[in-house]
Amino acid sequence: MTNALQRTDGAFAALADPTRRQVFERLGDGPRAVGELAAGLPVSRPAVSQHLKVLKAAGLVTDRPDGARRVYQIDPQGLGQLRAWLDRFWDQALAAFVAEAEREDTED
Amino acid sequence: MNAATIKPAPIRKTLSVKASREKAFKVFTEGLDRWWPKSHTIGEAPLREAVLEPREGGRWYGISETGAQDNWGEVLTWEPPARLVLAWRISGEWKCDPTVHTEVEVRFTEAGDGTTLVEFEHRMLENLGAGAVHAAEQMNGGWVMILGRFKDVLEA
Repeated sequence: MTNALQRTDGAFAALADPTRRQVFERLGDGPRAVGELAAGLPVSRPAVSQHLKVLKAAGLVTDRPDGARRVYQIDPQGLGQLRAWLDRFWDQALAAFVAEAEREDTED
Repeated sequence: MNAATIKPAPIRKTLSVKASREKAFKVFTEGLDRWWPKSHTIGEAPLREAVLEPREGGRWYGISETGAQDNWGEVLTWEPPARLVLAWRISGEWKCDPTVHTEVEVRFTEAGDGTTLVEFEHRMLENLGAGAVHAAEQMNGGWVMILGRFKDVLEA
């Protein structure tokens, strides 16, 4: 448990930086290479690489080689996974809510 | 570690509903059981009913097939038919935990032609963090154990 808490602290510290958080949130859309991540951000490619290194050390992202480049993605074991799960859960629940709210209208 | 600096982005959804604002608010709250996914429960038995007590300070909770109640949190703000804020006190380990504080806010705005704009936000997700990482580690440990047994059987 102590180990889990320490890892969480690391994850939180990693997300405290706004640019780094932006990099992390972009990975919420799917795996990306460094160049793709840097293209939409007002920071240099080496800076994005540095942010990814910190995110990786915090256990928030993982990377794998893809030809000559490295592709990064949200670590399926970390906080990112929980957020993604909740996001899908609310999509499903709210779609059911809309259907119910509109169904009742037609009944009245 | 200063918790105030830790902020994963809230989950935000915007929906358009073909219903009056009053009706949308009522279905969301008093009608919770009619739309809440029954597959999602933190209890050990399947969910039978989802309940939201329609007042400030009211609880929202699930009742399982065995009759057990699981507290999900309480109504923090009750402003029908415009705004609702709920406390979501379910940890990253999917357990009721009164010390967990995340918030679900829902705003209902008239958008004309009998349509209502519903703006949804689940925020303060940073408060789920410790449990989330712990749960992930447990899950990972579970798989390592199961695969280990599988390997033992194969190699026996």
